[in-house]
Amino acid sequence: MDALTIHRLHFAFTVTFHYLFPQLTMGLALLILILKTMALRTGNPHYASAARFWAKIFAINFAMGVVTGIPMEFQFGTNWSRFAKSAGGVIGQTLAMEGVFSFFLESSFLGAFLFGEKRLGPKAHWVAAFLVFLGSWASGFLIVATDAWMQHPTGYAVGAHGETVLTSFWGLLLNPWLGWQYLHTMSGSVVTASVVMAAVGAFYLLTGSHQEHGRTFVRLGVIAGIAATVLMVFPSGDGQGRNIAWNQPVTLAAMEGLFDTEQGAPLAILGQPDMERRRLDNPLVVPRALSFLTYQSWKAQVKGLNSFPPQNWPDSVPLLYYSYHIMVGLGTIFLAVLAIATFRLWRGALYQSRPLLWLLMMMLPFPYIANTAGWITAEVGRQPWLIYGVMRTPAGVSAQVSSGNALFTLIGFLGIYTILAILFLFLVYREIEEGPERAAAI
Amino acid sequence: METIWFWLVACMLVAYVIFDGFDFGAGIVHFLVARTDAERRVALSTIGPVWDGNEVWLLAAGGTLYFAFPALYASSFSGFYLPLMMVLWLLILRGASIEFRNHLASPVWHPLWDAGFAVSSALLAIFFGAALGNVVRGVPLDASGEFFLPLWTDWTPGKSPGILDWYTVLAGVAVLAVLALHGALWVALKTAGEIEVRARRVAGLVWWGALGLIALLTLASFGVQPRLQASFAARPWGWLFPLVAIAALMAVGVMNRRLRERAAFLASSLFLAAMLVSAAFGLYPCVLPSNGDPARSLTIANASAAPYGLRVGLVWFIPGMLLVAVYFVYAYRSFDGKVGLEEQP
Repeated sequence: MDALTIHRLHFAFTVTFHYLFPQLTMGLALLILILKTMALRTGNPHYASAARFWAKIFAINFAMGVVTGIPMEFQFGTNWSRFAKSAGGVIGQTLAMEGVFSFFLESSFLGAFLFGEKRLGPKAHWVAAFLVFLGSWASGFLIVATDAWMQHPTGYAVGAHGETVLTSFWGLLLNPWLGWQYLHTMSGSVVTASVVMAAVGAFYLLTGSHQEHGRTFVRLGVIAGIAATVLMVFPSGDGQGRNIAWNQPVTLAAMEGLFDTEQGAPLAILGQPDMERRRLDNPLVVPRALSFLTYQSWKAQVKGLNSFPPQNWPDSVPLLYYSYHIMVGLGTIFLAVLAIATFRLWRGALYQSRPLLWLLMMMLPFPYIANTAGWITAEVGRQPWLIYGVMRTPAGVSAQVSSGNALFTLIGFLGIYTILAILFLFLVYREIEEGPERAAAI
Repeated sequence: METIWFWLVACMLVAYVIFDGFDFGAGIVHFLVARTDAERRVALSTIGPVWDGNEVWLLAAGGTLYFAFPALYASSFSGFYLPLMMVLWLLILRGASIEFRNHLASPVWHPLWDAGFAVSSALLAIFFGAALGNVVRGVPLDASGEFFLPLWTDWTPGKSPGILDWYTVLAGVAVLAVLALHGALWVALKTAGEIEVRARRVAGLVWWGALGLIALLTLASFGVQPRLQASFAARPWGWLFPLVAIAALMAVGVMNRRLRERAAFLASSLFLAAMLVSAAFGLYPCVLPSNGDPARSLTIANASAAPYGLRVGLVWFIPGMLLVAVYFVYAYRSFDGKVGLEEQP
């Protein structure tokens, strides 16, 4: 394997593993805040103990996010030094702001939130929960702002040595790409947290333990889940799709598996991209739907891959196509299951509907898969560029770090993260098994 | 503008070393000051609620360094590739050790994480010291401002050094002693009874080691990096910083013996700050010296971001850091006083 491939795998692996944790942190921060708000408004200690139970899982998850997050900030410099040097004048802003404005906020009030409930009293403890929520969502904003700039650079100029130089701070933070990407990412994060909460609640109801908490978890999980899933599809998913159609048309063609430019292009539901023959094998399509979804016209022209020079194609069209389809397919399934669950909840029949509870419980891993597939779509879709239209991926790598050294540390991370994953599952399972009643006493 | 950012980044690194330094130190000495499982729990709970916030200084200092001096970040992080990755692994081990320790009550679970915490804290102190040694000694920068160092070569700080040579190892061991002292003073400040007495005794012993090693390191630094002598000769008022450092280290010894824990800890913090500022002063305006052709050195002029970005940065950085100061005052106020054996979560 050449050094470039290993450096790419290095980043891909560490960032994919890392994002398993923040996606729960950010969504769960919101759900805990909702539980704390309900406790404050109703005065019912049941909600406070529900929040306390999830705070324990939040703490383990947060620690995982921190220890796997630090390597991310280092890796721009260690493995992608030429990119870091060239882009630092711009994305240094958002990365430094993330440290100053969100990490300090989160870490300072997390202690108060986790250990200070008794000392602070209900109102101040709500404020601590709110500040942890604010810090984690600010962190999400600044890191998505960094990625949005790589996807669609704005507010910059190219300097004398080919480096990018910031010319407009607001151009960077008000990037038109950023709004939709942030909303889409955050809705995805709330979907993960909601499904996790509903799944744990369903587990309790199905096993006949912790009934009252089980019902609360299922109810909040399903309601927050359906709201976030709807937002994820429309307007944020739609807006994100149009971002790509306008700014990365070749990526759109690859995601959709569209090889030939067509008036009234079909939407592929299933099929395998055949790169040798440049066609979609075994296609199952909805005629004209892609044109309509992209341009609101059944007859609009959508450009296929063949209209673009192959050196500008994303370098793994099938990976991009599959991850995009997995994301969309799972999103559709979430929408259907959560819509039925919401309906049954409204009719007062959800807690007795064992098949539906089974379905909710089994959904647990899938939002993680959908979020991961979504990020693979975004990042593989950006290829062959590191900064879209400005810097190609091979130009950004740390040329002086050899493939052997990079493989050494990649193997190291594989081993350490395997152990961390086992520890995480073990500790979270223990919390779920012990249940929320133990958390009832402060 | 570059000078302002040089000192702002230096201040953030100083804050990192003072804050995270005491929790590293507590990790290094906790087996020495705490004999039983319950005592170790107390020793660790003196840092439990604050260590994560302290470590954020590393991320924030790294982020600010990247923002202000992208070429320095890119060159040094890729050049020190292997040791930095090991630092990351140790940070993971350390964070997992302290966070996961109290999740399970088992006679094999606690010692496992306690040992992990002690080993990772000690090794990180050595690594950070060696890193500082590398920056002072200089690295073989090429024409494009890049380099790559092996872990070791012939153990001498010559023309083709490794990360480790006798000088950087000395720096690592000196920093280990200094942080062990800092941490022991913190534990003495935050605990009562047996643990406090032992912590003070450990601090008293380690103080001699720190004194000797720092004296050696200072002499060696002037030998290895002639730039230091030139800086102090050109701006003699800079001698103030090493003088403050010496005075502060003396004060640490005196205050520790007089049982003035708070004063001893503050003096130790001042000592760390004065040492780091002395090093920064000695290198300025250089941020990463070349050990060959001096023209290849990275300086605040050739490593900084463009002026517009640096100006805009000041506008958000200053209010941002004021907010951080508020958080820290709040966090440490609500964590005031000694930690007892009984009030554990």
